[in-house]
Amino acid sequence: MTMSSVGSIVSSVKVRRSTTASNIALAVSIVVVIALAIGPFAFLTKGNQQNLVTLFIYIIMGTMWNLLAGYAGMVSIGQQAFIGVGAYGVVYAADQIGIGPVAAIPAALVIAGVIGYLVSFLAFRLSGGYFAIGTWVIAEVIKLVTTQIQTLGAGSGISLTAFSGYKPALRIATVYWMGLASVVIAVAVTYLLMRSRLGTGFTALRDDPTAAATLGVNVTRGKRIIWVVAAMGCGLAGALLAENTLRVQPDSVFSVQLTATMLFIVVIGGIGTIEGPILGALVYFALEHFLIDLGAWYLVILGIVAILMVLFLPQGLWGLISGRGRISLFPTGYRLMTNPATPPAVATQDNAV
Amino acid sequence: MPLLEVENIDVFYGDVQAIFGLSLTIEEGQTLAVIGANGAGKSTLLKSIAGLCSPATGEIRFNGERINDVPPHRRVPLGIALTPEGRRIFPSLTLEENLLVGAHSKRSGHWNLATLYDTFPLLADRKNRLGTNASGGEQQAAAIARALMSNPRILLLDEVSLGLAPVVVEQIYSALPAIVEQGTTVLVVEQDVNQAMKVSDRVQCLLDGRTVLEGKPSELSRERIASAFFGI
Amino acid sequence: MQWANAIVQGVILGGLYALLAAGLSLMFGVMRLVNLAHGALAIVAAYMGMVLVNKTGIPPFATLLIVVPVMALVGWVLQRTLLNTALNRQALAPILVTFGLAVILQNLMLELFTADNQSIDVGSLAGASIQITPDIAVGVFPLITFVVGVFVIAALQLYLAKTTTGRAMRATSDDREAAQLMGIDHRHIYALATAIAVGLVGLAGVFLGVRTQFNPTFGDVTLIFAFEAVIIGGLGSLWGTLWGGIILGVAQVVGAQAFPSSGVLLGHIVFLLVLAFRPTGLFPKVVNG
Repeated sequence: MTMSSVGSIVSSVKVRRSTTASNIALAVSIVVVIALAIGPFAFLTKGNQQNLVTLFIYIIMGTMWNLLAGYAGMVSIGQQAFIGVGAYGVVYAADQIGIGPVAAIPAALVIAGVIGYLVSFLAFRLSGGYFAIGTWVIAEVIKLVTTQIQTLGAGSGISLTAFSGYKPALRIATVYWMGLASVVIAVAVTYLLMRSRLGTGFTALRDDPTAAATLGVNVTRGKRIIWVVAAMGCGLAGALLAENTLRVQPDSVFSVQLTATMLFIVVIGGIGTIEGPILGALVYFALEHFLIDLGAWYLVILGIVAILMVLFLPQGLWGLISGRGRISLFPTGYRLMTNPATPPAVATQDNAV
Repeated sequence: MPLLEVENIDVFYGDVQAIFGLSLTIEEGQTLAVIGANGAGKSTLLKSIAGLCSPATGEIRFNGERINDVPPHRRVPLGIALTPEGRRIFPSLTLEENLLVGAHSKRSGHWNLATLYDTFPLLADRKNRLGTNASGGEQQAAAIARALMSNPRILLLDEVSLGLAPVVVEQIYSALPAIVEQGTTVLVVEQDVNQAMKVSDRVQCLLDGRTVLEGKPSELSRERIASAFFGI
Repeated sequence: MQWANAIVQGVILGGLYALLAAGLSLMFGVMRLVNLAHGALAIVAAYMGMVLVNKTGIPPFATLLIVVPVMALVGWVLQRTLLNTALNRQALAPILVTFGLAVILQNLMLELFTADNQSIDVGSLAGASIQITPDIAVGVFPLITFVVGVFVIAALQLYLAKTTTGRAMRATSDDREAAQLMGIDHRHIYALATAIAVGLVGLAGVFLGVRTQFNPTFGDVTLIFAFEAVIIGGLGSLWGTLWGGIILGVAQVVGAQAFPSSGVLLGHIVFLLVLAFRPTGLFPKVVNG
C-alpha cells in the first residue's frame, strides 16, 4: 500500500472499539450477572451456591494466569503463593485483626498485592522457563515461612471463625455474593487493563518486540504492574477459597496443583483472550464434576489434552469457536472501519497470539 | 550441464515478496558476482540456494538434481557452502573450533586446517582466540575458511566487504584465486561493485528482486551498471 | 565439630544435587529449553530402579545398566516427538508442554505406585560408613554418589570441550542457523542432548531413590533443587553447577543443624540471596554457551 492510499483511507476511516457482538455480549453478561445475583433468593440451593463459588474462583484464577502468560508472556508456576497468601490473609484479617469476613477480602487482596510487588524484584531477575521455576521456589518459601508461624496454625492450618455469628444460609449467600462481585471485578479489571495503553502496548510487544521497544513500551514496568494485579487477583481467589471452605491448610492452599489448574483452564479455553479463560473455567469445572471418580487418571488425561492443545490448537476452544478471533465478545483492540455501515473486516489486533 | 541452476523463483518473507521470478546459472569453476543495492534480494538468493529460505515457486537444481526440498544441513554434503551475511562466527568457540565445525560434513578435498592457515595466515596466529573476541577481519577470514572446510563444489560468499576496512577487504579477496584454483565455483554477493567486477567472470545485477543486467565485466560500462544498480 | 560434620555431609549431598542438575543445565545450554518434567523423570527412574530390584533381585547398581539406557531412549523419543515440535511453536510452548508432561508423569506414578513413600534397598551398603575423625563419619553410599556426581560433571565437560559432537552442540547452542550451514542437523543434536540429559536424570534418580525415601510428588522438590544448583552456580557453566549443588547441600545441612526442620527453607534463602545479589550466579561463564 502506497502512502497516498494510506492517506485516502485514513480520511474515511473510523476507529471503533465495540462491535455488534460485543454489545450483545455486554447485555447478556449484565442479565446473567443480575440473574446470578438474585439466585440465592430464587433458584440456587446452598450447595449450588458453594459450587458456583468454586467456578468463580476458577474463572478468577484462569483470568489472572492468562493476564500473566497470555498478555505479558510470563509463565508463572508460583501463583499458588498468592492463593495461599489470600487464604491466610483473609483468616488473619477477619479473625485476628477482627475486621469481619467481608472487609477481610479486600484486605487479603491488598496483602497479596504488597507481597507480589516485593517478590517481583527477585522473580524478575529470571526469564522464560527459569522464571517459571523461580516463582515456584518463591511460593515454596512463602509456604515454608507460613508453616513456621504459630498464630497461623503452623503446619496444620487454621479455621476461619469470623462467620460464627452467621446462620449458614446467610454465610453461604454472603460468600456467594462476594464471589460474584469478585469475578465481575476481576474480569472487568483485566478487560480495562488490556484496553488501556499498557494492554495495547503488550499486544504490540507480542506482535513485534523490536518495534514496540523503539516506540517506548516500558516492558519491565508494564510486566510488574501485570504481575501485581495477578497477585492481587490470585489473593482474591484464595480469600474466596478460604471463606467457601472455612479451613486453610498450607499443603492445599500452597499446592502447585492450583497453578496446574490455571494452566489447564487457560490452555483449554484459549490463551490471550478475555473469553478463553472463562470458557476454560466452565469446561474445567464441568470435567471435574464428571471425571472426579477417575482419580489421578483425570489429571493424566487433562495433561495430555493440554499438551495436544498447546501443540495443535494453540488458540484453544475459544479460538475454535470464534473462528480464530474474528468474533470477539470482549474486544480489547481497535477496529478500523472504512465504512461504519459495512461489517468490520479491515483490521483487528484482537486475539492474535 | 551447469553446476547450479536457479529457475524462475519467487521467494517470500511472510507476506513480503523479496525475489520475483529470478533465474541464474553457473558453470562449474566459474565465478559469478551478484551485485545490487540494499534490499535487492541478493542475500535472499543465497539463503535460498543454501536452504534457509524456500522458494514458493520455481526450481533450484544443483548438479542437475532438484534441491528445493533438501534441508540446509543436507545441502552441505552435496557441496554447497554459504558464508553468511554478518559472518555468524560461533562466539563461544575458538576460531580453530569454528573451522573444525565447518568440517562436520566430512567432505574430503584440498582444504584442511593446514592448507587454510597457509591461505589465511592471519588465522594461524589467532586460532585460539574466541570467536567473540576476534576482529571483523579475523571473523570474516574464519567464516570463509570455515565454509571451505567442507570442501564445497560451490562457495557462496555474502557481503564479504561489509563493515571492513578496505585494506582488510583486499587481504581477504587476495585469497580468492587460491580458492578458484582448486576448481571451486564461487558465487559472490557484493555491494562493492569494483571488488565484484575485479574477481568475477560474470556479473548479474539485481534490482527489487529481479535481474536487470548481466554480462562479462569487460563488456559492461560503468554507466550501464550504475543505472541498473539504482534503477534509474 | 558437629558443624564440621554438617559441612562435610552438605558437600556430599551437593554431589547428588549436581548429578540431578547436570541434565537440566545441558538441555538449557544446548537449546534454551527448561525441562519442567526434569524432576518427575528422576522419580520415574527411581521407581524403575525399585521395581527392578524388587522383581528381579538384581543388585541396585546393576539396575543402572537398564535404567540409564532406557531413560536415554525416552529422552531421545521425547525430543524427536514432543519437544522439537514445541520448540517450533510460540515461545511459551516448551514451558507449557514440559509442565504438562510433569503433571502426567506424576499422576501416572500415583496411579501405579500410590502416594506411599518408597526407597531402593541396597542392603548393608545403606548403613555402611567411614569414620574420618571421631566426630565425622561419611556414609559409603553418599560418598559414592558424590564421586559419581563429580565424575559426571567432568565427563560432560570433557565431552562438550573435546569431541566433535560436543563441539557441534556448542555451535548449535551459539547459532542454530549457522550450525545448519555447517551441515549440522539441529534436531539430531537436540535429541542427542536430551538423550544424554535424561540418561543422566536416570542415573541421578536411582541414586536419589537409594539415598532418600521418595513418592510420586517428590519430583517437584527434585526439580527445584536441581534448578537452584544451576542458578547458584551460574547459567551455562557445568563446574558452576557442581559448586551450586555443593553450596545448596551445605546450606541445607548446616541450616538444619542450626534450625531443625528448616534446612530446606535455608537452602531456598541462600538461592534467593544469590538471585538478589549475584543474579548471574557465583561461577558464571564468560561467554554464553
